[in-house]
Amino acid sequence: MNSRNSISFSWLTSIGLISLLAFMEPAAAASDDSFEHAERLYDTYCTQCHGVNRDGNGVNSVFMSVQPRDHSDAKGMGDIPNSEIIDVIKKGGLAANKSVLMPAWGGVFSDEEVNQLAAYLRHVCKCGSDQ
Amino acid sequence: MKPYLFAAIGASFFATSLAVHAADVPAVLQSKCASCHALTKPESNSLDRLWERKGPDLHYAGNKFNKEWLVEWLQDPAKIRPAGEFYRKHVKPGTKEDVVDESSLAPHPKLAREDAEAAANALMTLTDPDGLIEKGAFKDQKVAMSMGAMYFNKLRGCAACHSAVPGKGGLSGPEMATAGKRLQPDFIYSYIKDPQKIDKGVWMPKLDISDADLQKLTSYIVQLSAKEDKK
Repeated sequence: MNSRNSISFSWLTSIGLISLLAFMEPAAAASDDSFEHAERLYDTYCTQCHGVNRDGNGVNSVFMSVQPRDHSDAKGMGDIPNSEIIDVIKKGGLAANKSVLMPAWGGVFSDEEVNQLAAYLRHVCKCGSDQ
Repeated sequence: MKPYLFAAIGASFFATSLAVHAADVPAVLQSKCASCHALTKPESNSLDRLWERKGPDLHYAGNKFNKEWLVEWLQDPAKIRPAGEFYRKHVKPGTKEDVVDESSLAPHPKLAREDAEAAANALMTLTDPDGLIEKGAFKDQKVAMSMGAMYFNKLRGCAACHSAVPGKGGLSGPEMATAGKRLQPDFIYSYIKDPQKIDKGVWMPKLDISDADLQKLTSYIVQLSAKEDKK
């Protein structure tokens, strides 16, 4: 292959990749958009303990006797069924024999918002499905 | 006129006469406080408003604060919310745990004594017409501090977000060490009972707490500031 052909080939490859990325980007954005409200709720209410990076290292976690759940931990989160995640958000940690430091948010979030948050947590941990 | 129509007009006139309108807010508050605090009941309780507000709402300040504390604090304001208002805008990832970004926190303005007294007097006129705060709810029964601490720290988990002892406890909620001097006991009781009723959308959950436990927690918080005074 001479150098001209080689340049043409790499141009074609680049154009192909760019087209592919252009095609993929809206799909990824649409997927994130579906979590927009849940993400806002998480930032408002959950980050105080679970952290800006969703890793359990919230500003309140320093003095806690039980560390908040690391929502970015695929293994730890993957073992928890959806029904338990929903129960704990609504009724607090005690509903699943976990820490009282996780309060019940059922008086703040609607059932629909709790479901959105549960789905968002799956998105954050990149783990599990409806178990 | 049909009786129900008469009753509806009467009720609406009564509500209108009780509500504090912007025009009724004393001038000292308009000039000193209005840029950061809601002095009348906000029309919106959206999350956007929560993120945008720079200070806690004051439209029920007369049922919330102790006037003597206001006069002193306005002249020499000490930080009440370690992570500011709204906490999420002032925390950032640290080496391990998130930390408060102190550079993002603006200190509360200091007022001269005369202005502080005028502002405190004016704030005490901003009362809650909706019965958000249950007058006479707190029965003022003393609780042993060890028992109160057990409820605050372990049984109800308040310490996750609030500090009862300076330098210890959560940072996203206001400190409780001086809350007894700052706040009226009925406000403390009502706010713990249902923070969402008083401050819709706030990042404190509504918990299912019995009256007996509300009395213990309120009493413990009130007594905490007396303990601080002895130091």
